This record gives sequence, C-alpha cells and structure tokens, in this order.
Amino acid sequence: MSSAVADAHADHDDHGPVKGWRRWLYATNHKDIGTMYLIFSLVMFFAGGSMALIIRTELFSPGLQFVIPSFFNQMTTMHALIMVFGAVMPAFVGLANWMIPMMIGAPDMALPRMNNWSFWILPVAFSILGSTLFMSGGAPASGWTMYPPLVLQTGDAFPFLIFSVHLMGLSSIMGAINVIVTIINMRAPDMTLLKMPMFVWTWLITAYLLLAVMPVLAGAVTMLLTDQFFGTSFFLAAGGGDPVMFQHIFWFFGHPEVYIMILPAFGVVSEIIPTFSRKPLFGHDSMVYAASSIAFLSFIVWAHHMFTVGMPLTGQMFFMFATMLIAVPTGVKVFNWTATMWKGAMTFETPMLFSLGFLFLFTIGGFSGLMLAIAPADIQYHDSYFVVAHFHYVLVPGSIFGLMAAVYYWMPKWTGHYYNESLGKLHFWLSTIFVNVTFFPMHFLGLAGMPRRIPDYSTQFADFNSIASVGAIGFGLSQLLFVYVVIQCVRKKGTVASQEVWDSPRGLEWTVPSPAPYHTFETPPRISSDTSFS
Amino acid sequence: MIRKLSTGVLALLLGGNAMADWAVNMPKGVTQLSAETYEIHMVIFWWCVAIAVVVFGAMIYSLINHRKSKGAVPASFTHSMTAEVIWTTIPVVILLIMAVPSAELMIKLEDTRDPDLTVVITGYQWKWHYSYQGEDVAFYSSLSRPSMAARRLGSGIDPSTVENYLLDVDNRLVVPKDAKVRVLLTSNDVVHSWWVPDLAIKKDAIPGFINETWFKAEVAGVYRGQCAELCGMDHGYMPIVVEVVEPEAFQAWLDNEKGDATPMANVNGELK
Repeated sequence: MSSAVADAHADHDDHGPVKGWRRWLYATNHKDIGTMYLIFSLVMFFAGGSMALIIRTELFSPGLQFVIPSFFNQMTTMHALIMVFGAVMPAFVGLANWMIPMMIGAPDMALPRMNNWSFWILPVAFSILGSTLFMSGGAPASGWTMYPPLVLQTGDAFPFLIFSVHLMGLSSIMGAINVIVTIINMRAPDMTLLKMPMFVWTWLITAYLLLAVMPVLAGAVTMLLTDQFFGTSFFLAAGGGDPVMFQHIFWFFGHPEVYIMILPAFGVVSEIIPTFSRKPLFGHDSMVYAASSIAFLSFIVWAHHMFTVGMPLTGQMFFMFATMLIAVPTGVKVFNWTATMWKGAMTFETPMLFSLGFLFLFTIGGFSGLMLAIAPADIQYHDSYFVVAHFHYVLVPGSIFGLMAAVYYWMPKWTGHYYNESLGKLHFWLSTIFVNVTFFPMHFLGLAGMPRRIPDYSTQFADFNSIASVGAIGFGLSQLLFVYVVIQCVRKKGTVASQEVWDSPRGLEWTVPSPAPYHTFETPPRISSDTSFS
Repeated sequence: MIRKLSTGVLALLLGGNAMADWAVNMPKGVTQLSAETYEIHMVIFWWCVAIAVVVFGAMIYSLINHRKSKGAVPASFTHSMTAEVIWTTIPVVILLIMAVPSAELMIKLEDTRDPDLTVVITGYQWKWHYSYQGEDVAFYSSLSRPSMAARRLGSGIDPSTVENYLLDVDNRLVVPKDAKVRVLLTSNDVVHSWWVPDLAIKKDAIPGFINETWFKAEVAGVYRGQCAELCGMDHGYMPIVVEVVEPEAFQAWLDNEKGDATPMANVNGELK
C-alpha cells in the first residue's frame, strides 16, 4: 500500500513497515490495521451482498425456482449477520483506525497490540460463521435476531454461531476500548473535547455504546448456549423460563447497535458537507449534544421492536413516547446539515454526492422510522416488508453511503492520488438509482401485507418484488465499479493529490502530506483556527 | 434462469403481471379499529410528507442556488440560537399532536373486556389450531392442497394458476359479523405471530404465554393473512383465513361442527 512510503518529516526513518506478510500479521500501525479492516469489510460486503442476491433472485417471481425454504432462511440470517458484524461495523472501525489519530494529532492508536488482536479475531470469527454453511443442518436460519426457541432448532451450526458472535463482540469491545483510550488521552494539546471534529465525537459516543451493549449480547447468547447444552431454562417456557426475556435482552443490545452503525456515518457527513459547502459545520456543539441524546435515548427504546409480544399497555406507551422523542435530536442533525449547506458555495465531487444521497435517503428512512414509532400503526407494519424497507433505507443509503462518502473523501489522503472522478460519480448515480428501485417498492409490499423472511409469496405481490429484485442486481453490479475505482486509485492511476486534497478543508488530517506518511504526528501539532471545530 | 428473468422483465415492461394488484397502501380493513389504524397511519404519513416538503425544499433550493458554479460566496455563520430553538420546538409540538391519538388507539386495541366469543389460537410449526372456547369445536388449519402442491421447488405448477396461492387453508376460522371476538394466542413450539391486515391484528403466539387481542368485523367476507414471525423452514406457508359470516350462519356452522373433531366442510358446504 501507499502508506509504505517513507516519511520525510519523521524523525525515525528506520521505523518504516517491515516487508512481507509480517507487516500485516504483526501489524501495530494504525494505518495498516485500518487498511486491513477496510479490505476485510469490503470482502464481507460482497459476501453478504451475494447472499442478498440469492434472496432477491428467489423472490423475483412467485413460486420456488432456485432454493429450498430452509436454505432461504439461512441466506437471510447470514446476510444480516455478515452485513452488520462483518461489513458495516468493521468498516467504521477501519475508518476510526485510519482517521482518529490523524484527526486528533496522535501518533497512533493508544493500544496498538490490542488493535492487532481486535482485527485478527474477525477473519477467524467469520471463517467459523461461514463454515456453518457446510455443516449438518446448515447455517443458522433463525434470523440474525436469534430468537429462542427457534434458534435452539439450529443444527450442528449452533455452538459455532454462538462462538463466532462472542468473537465478534470481543473484537468490537477491544476496538471500542482502543478508540476511547485514544480519544481521551492522546489528543493534541489545546484540543479540548468540544474542539474535536464531529467524526471523532460520533466515534467516541459509538465506542461507549459498543462497550455498553456488546457484553449484553454476549450474555444473551451465552444463556442460549447453556439452555441448549447445560440444562438451563432461561428462555424455555417448559422449564419455567421466558422466551420474551431473550427479546428484551437482545433488543437492549440491538437498538444501540443500530446507532452504532449510523453515528459514525453522521460523523462522516458532518466532515464532508462543510468541506464541499466551503462553510463551517452549522451548530457543531448542538450536533454533539444531539448525537449524545440519540445515544442516551437508544437505551430506553428497545421494546419498540416488540410491540406485538404482548407487553403491558403502560410499557407500550412508554416505549412509544421514548421512540418518538428520537425524532427531535435526529431532526436537529438533519436541519443542521441543511443549514451548513445554506448560503455555502457548493461543489459536487463524489464524497459530497454520497453525503447528499445520505442526507435525502437517510431522511426517508427517518420518516418511516417515525411512522414505525406510532405503536398502533406499528402493529400493522411490524415484521412486514415495510420494516425491511425502513431499515435498509437507514443502513444502505445511510451507513453504506456514509462509508462510501468517507472512502472517496479520504482515499486521496491515504493513497496520495485522486480516484477517477467521473467513475466515482457514475458509481454514485448507479447506486442511488438502484438503491431506490430495490427498497422503495418494499414499502408498498409491506403495507399491502407481505411478511418479511418468506421465501415465496402470493401472486398479488409479484410486480413490486420483481422490481426490487432488478434493483438489487443492479445495485450489486454497481458496487463492482467501486472496487475498480478503489483499485485504480490504490495503484496510483489518478492525478497526484496535494496535501490539502480538497478546497481548504478543516482538520489536522489535511496538514500531513498525501499520501499520509507511515508515522504521523510523532510530535503533537498545535491547533489553529483551521484545525479546530468549535 | 436467464430466460425466466428476461421473460419476467418483459412482462413488467408490458404492464405487469395480470394477477398483481399493485396495492401500495395499508388496507382500511373491516373493523372500527382497522379504520382508525389506517387513519393514524395516514395522518403520520402526511406529517412526514409535509416535513419532507419543507426540509427537502430547503435542501433543493440550497443545492440549486448556493453552488460555487453560480458564483456563490460562502457565508460564515456557524450557529443561530433562534433557528435551533425553532427546529427543536416544532418537532416536539408535532410529536405531542401525534402522541395523543396514538395513545388513545393503543388503549382501545388492548381493551379485550366483554367479548361475545373467545377463540384460542395455538401456533404450531407450521399450522394454526383454532379452538372455540366454551364450544366443543376445535380444528387445525393448514395451507390448502393446491398451494401445497404448487409451492415445491420445481413443482412445474405456475402459482398464478392457483387461486389465492399461499393464502388459502383447508379449514377457515369462521366468526360472526358484528361480534366482539377475543383472541387468545399461544404456541406449542416456537414464536409465531397471527396477522390479518384487514382486521388490523398482529399478535405473537409465544410458548408459555397467553396473549390477548380482539376484533369486531363489520363486513362479512373472507380475510387473509400470514404468520408474521419467523418460525422456521415453512414460516411462509402457514396462512390465516378468517371468514366473517352473519350470526345465524355462524350458529348453523357451529352446530354442524360440534362433536366433529375434524370438520370437512366450510359454511357454504364446499368440501375441501
């Protein structure tokens, strides 16, 4: 990789990367580890994406054409697990590794060996998870939510599922500790907390969320394991247990988890929109408070995933009102981004296009989220394709577009070369068109009564399903273009990038050369008005 | 496969599948509460549309006018207390306006008191069992045979030739019109969920729990739904068919069923 370029500014020229596989296996450099995270998540993105295409191909028309129902269920389950834990989360950890030290003026992450560990656990975890496809009984097929008693019907894959989830959690917890310790202890002098860039802020909040909820998930799946193998009855009604308790514990993890996947994307667009509007972020501090409020609220809304399980009325009321409240800080964020663009001088390079795609389409996902918050209406929406449409709108043009925007924005800093702008824009337009063709019709399907996670459907749902499938295949193929653009950029086919890369962007990462040297900020930088955010 | 896909795309371009009805919205349904659910769904939808017009309008205006290629010079403002107070307060007010009717409807949905009839519904992998409380009538309800035959991988049967493909059962749940039917739900194995969109009911059937809900259908007819909670391999193949009939017809049906553990006929006497 380009980051192998020796740093002319560094005092320790002998500290370049070692050659060969040792550089990667023994990696402690935040840039190398960040690169590995990003490559790993891209591979997982295509693995999970292929499963999505199997799902959509089967759903292209009514009747079963390609797969049997049990395999279909394995695909929906594995698609979700891989996309959530293998693609989106590691991609943001990769960005955190690359960018947080460079944005706060630190030489590296605080705990480099743990950093190595937290990355290398992931390929192991996903090899285990992937291997379940070949086991007797097949891969887990009970949905990524792993509700008992159904999950206990998993075949030989069951303990491997639990073990791989434990490993993913372990990796996330170590990554989160690293981010927190780095941000709290290693900021440049004078960079007070409120002067930090939004990406660093949102990651700090995300890391606390991870630290709080990943152990909860670990507890939940451990109880599943003991229910299956050690005679306990945490979730088994026959033994006096409570299957609904698992849902409560799972969603106590699960709801913060969705903010774990979106908050860093909020941070990314909060960096990009100001740069391409040539205007500082509107309301930096209120953005921090809004993100913190969202994080806090995420702990008290979990049972809005469970309006049909038969909770007491007062419980349903509480979760409905708390959920509706989230619209307020989320609204503040959207309004602040709009106000940032207002009276700016905008240009529309690929990172800005993806951020604008994020802004419009994530907001649509926010609207359907607001509708889902209304409990009586949610009873109709629940577990229908309306929900599938909702969370794909916030995850694909939300989290994934945020990731794409980040890669285009910082790739010239990583490689020292621009990507191909025309191809980048083409990638944006293809992605945006196809993401809507794929997911918009799902709103209609859900409202018309199509449940989620079914391999076949009544003929009345045929047309919108066909449209969605065409969109999905188009979206999948469009992502190959992204790989091509990235490879061309890494191979330095584009024009050489300056140190600033963009038109006067704000932040410490633009004060180091492009490509960023292997070691940056060995001595802490001074903060100036161009590199401070408050 | 390629041929199948391309003929499908062709069919789409030529005006779509004849069987499909292009439904884009929630059904209004046939109960008071389904109508109110539809109503609140539309109210929140139009709020979203209104907010979208304002927010997207501002964004699009800005995208058109505040671009560098038009010679825009960036302003330097970074915050405005007035603006932030306004766009925090307005959403709070909208939410309060929405919260009241939502809460009222929730209370009505949960009010299962004084039923005219109680049906105990048990979820099984992968069928439903219906039992009329206090009457000696109970039976299983499974996917109907024509759908069962057509659903197999490579069955060679075109689903569009099967009436109510995947939404038909051997034994329907028959209930009287204008009667408050209390539904008690539980499960024999894993979690299922009993969903009939036209009745605006969705409630989970959970082993070890008895959940309650209710409906009062005001229009006679046949209403179809499906299991909504992933319950294993054949989750997609356990439909629900509710037949709402006049009270006299219901009584006649019930009398006919009594003592007959495996009913073979529906109200209209049609053999399944």
